[in-house]
Amino acid sequence: MSAEDILVSFQGVQKSYDGEQLVVKDLNLDIAKGEFLTMLGPSGSGKTTCLMMLAGFEPATHGEIYLDGRPINNVPPHKRGIGMVFQNYALFPHMTVAENLAFPLQVRKQMNKAEVAERVQKTLDMVQLGEFGNRRPMQLSGGQQQRVAVARALVFDPELVLMDEPLGALDKQLREQMQYEIKHIHEQLGVTVVYVTHDQSEALTMSTRVAVFNDGVIQQIAAPDVLYEKPDNAFCAQFIGENNTFVGEIMSVKGETCEVKLVDGSVVTSNKIDAASAVGSRTTLSLRPERIEVNPSAKSKYANAFEGTVKELIYLGDHIRTVASVCGNDEFIVKIPNSSEHASLSVGEKVKLGWTVEDCRALDA
Amino acid sequence: MAEESGPILTANGIPLKVSLERSMRQNKLKAVGLVSVPFVFLVLMFVIPIIMLLVRSADDRLVNDVFPRTFEAFKSWDQVDLPDEEMFKAVVLDFQESKPSERGRASSRMNYAKSGWRSLVRKTGKKVKDVTEGPYKEALIKIDKRWANVETWKSLAIMESDWTYEYYLNSIDLKQNSDLEIVQQPENRRVYNMFWWRTFLVSIQVTLFCLILAYPVAHLLATLPLKHSNLLMICVLMPFWTSLLVRIVAWMIMLQQEGVVNSTLVWAGMLSDENRLAMMYNYNGVLIVMTQILLPFMILPLYSVMKTIPPSYMRAAQNLGATPSLAFIRVYMPQTLPGIGAGCILVFIVAIGYFITPELVGGKDGQLIGNQINYHMRNSLNWGLACAMGSILLIGILALYWVYDKIVGIDNMKMG
Repeated sequence: MSAEDILVSFQGVQKSYDGEQLVVKDLNLDIAKGEFLTMLGPSGSGKTTCLMMLAGFEPATHGEIYLDGRPINNVPPHKRGIGMVFQNYALFPHMTVAENLAFPLQVRKQMNKAEVAERVQKTLDMVQLGEFGNRRPMQLSGGQQQRVAVARALVFDPELVLMDEPLGALDKQLREQMQYEIKHIHEQLGVTVVYVTHDQSEALTMSTRVAVFNDGVIQQIAAPDVLYEKPDNAFCAQFIGENNTFVGEIMSVKGETCEVKLVDGSVVTSNKIDAASAVGSRTTLSLRPERIEVNPSAKSKYANAFEGTVKELIYLGDHIRTVASVCGNDEFIVKIPNSSEHASLSVGEKVKLGWTVEDCRALDA
Repeated sequence: MAEESGPILTANGIPLKVSLERSMRQNKLKAVGLVSVPFVFLVLMFVIPIIMLLVRSADDRLVNDVFPRTFEAFKSWDQVDLPDEEMFKAVVLDFQESKPSERGRASSRMNYAKSGWRSLVRKTGKKVKDVTEGPYKEALIKIDKRWANVETWKSLAIMESDWTYEYYLNSIDLKQNSDLEIVQQPENRRVYNMFWWRTFLVSIQVTLFCLILAYPVAHLLATLPLKHSNLLMICVLMPFWTSLLVRIVAWMIMLQQEGVVNSTLVWAGMLSDENRLAMMYNYNGVLIVMTQILLPFMILPLYSVMKTIPPSYMRAAQNLGATPSLAFIRVYMPQTLPGIGAGCILVFIVAIGYFITPELVGGKDGQLIGNQINYHMRNSLNWGLACAMGSILLIGILALYWVYDKIVGIDNMKMG
């Protein structure tokens, strides 16, 4: 991306709370205008700390953060002009919904009363809460509170909106519905959103790009489909979606592919991803459960085909989750789509399982 | 459906309501059993004494019991000329049939209505047994010529009823004259209004000082990390574990003329030796010591409310563009209102009835209404007046609650 497209830029940012441990280690990240960037990671990975540094509630221990080209390390939170949706919404309980929304407009003192009221109503209408202006936040349901929080973060037209696990308190169905709603609002308004979550499906649904955090470092930053289909390392492969792993040793390298000898002696041909791996080094193979074919008809299609034993079958409606024992891995998962002519298996049955070289990725150990 | 017309029945034909009651009876009995002991205690130790206090503050049967015939005759008297022979006879009979101790107690009460009654009753009581036959009028006037004064007789009107609001009038420097009109006390006997006013002033000021001092402390307590806030909490609670007397004496050592504060100021050259500050045995002493003693009553409710306010509110307000001070005023402070209300009411109520501290450090111009109640309970033995003052305090506090309920809502209050 070119320099004028960049809205937020972290440059060499480090953060420590106690002076002994780095929570964020040397973060370099550019966020483009209009982007929906999700910071995804397990708790304690430093993603929320990054968001807090961007909002101005935590100072960076080292490095510089730029907003629209200006360094903002010494700008207090109230002068940054960044909207934020907090984890528990932080709606002011002593104000009505409309007063909550009017608050950022009033403290900015750039509008008269009528303009404020008009803007508040417009924003409430946008989140379909036009009738609820006179209610207190406590009188609303969780989903409605969530919408008010989003509306309040948007009402003063910020260029950048931060969201800190905003859907964490909602039940599954509502969460999915809100994901689409937030996504649509983002598309409508064109604001830049930085979104923090530990829920990978949420990250995949909503984002333009996802930054996967672990241990204070970004493991991979990519679009959702790339992240899912082509993980760069074992952590990303494991953290996003379901994943089968084999641990083994590289026997030979041939261009983009390599042959890996597993613990039980079988040899798997796979796509070599980790640049550092050479013949003799250890590697983790990653394989998505839905990319495995049961009893493949034409053996030529699959470079890898092994015999396994079915250990467990779990009926999940749209697919059947099969646990098998293959190549020394007793927890090998295969997702069999519940199509009209899917293979019907029984526990204890011996089956052939096949997969391509491209779907099997040799990552770091 | 058929069931809709009649009561709903359970499977075996018993009405649902009856069945429900039966199934809940065991629980109800258990609940009643658990509550009964504290309930009885509450009634015995709290409700009954308060009722007795209220009764005694208005009870005026003492005199009527000792002089029944007199008041019977009083009813037919025109209250203009000196009473007739019948009434004098009634007085003599009442005197002869009552014990001196009864008369003594009654005469104290009579003296509140009109001074002079006590000596008149005592003097008459000594000589009345010699009066065996009429004319009683001359005999009594011979014993004391005050019996010939119409005003003496007219003052009986104030005592005639079984109930009186005389004590309430007295406690706000009013009284009934012998024509039963409410008038001000003579100038030299007006004392209590000054005490009421001073008590009110002290309580308001102490509440205000406590609020100003407690707010930052409570905020710090609520926001510090646990290991630091624990230490601070101990410092706040320490005074609770120390005897009230010890604390007051400590303040005496600090604040007296030759005390630590004055000596330090003199030593530092900020004060000359002759101009030592009078911080004790006056109004200021009461203010300082009461503020310190009542401070925890303000800190604890504030703390318990502040503890429930997540820091994200302040962050959200700043994120939305408010400066930290504006965020504090518009977002943080309104949410602490229940704590402010509870703390202020608690401190004010305790302060308004305080008497130990003013007794010890108040000197002459630091005495409060509590000291007057104490005085009338223990020294002057005018229990009626003491009870009336206590009742006024009680009513005042209830009124305060009522106002608070109207403005803030009592269920918003958090006591800690």
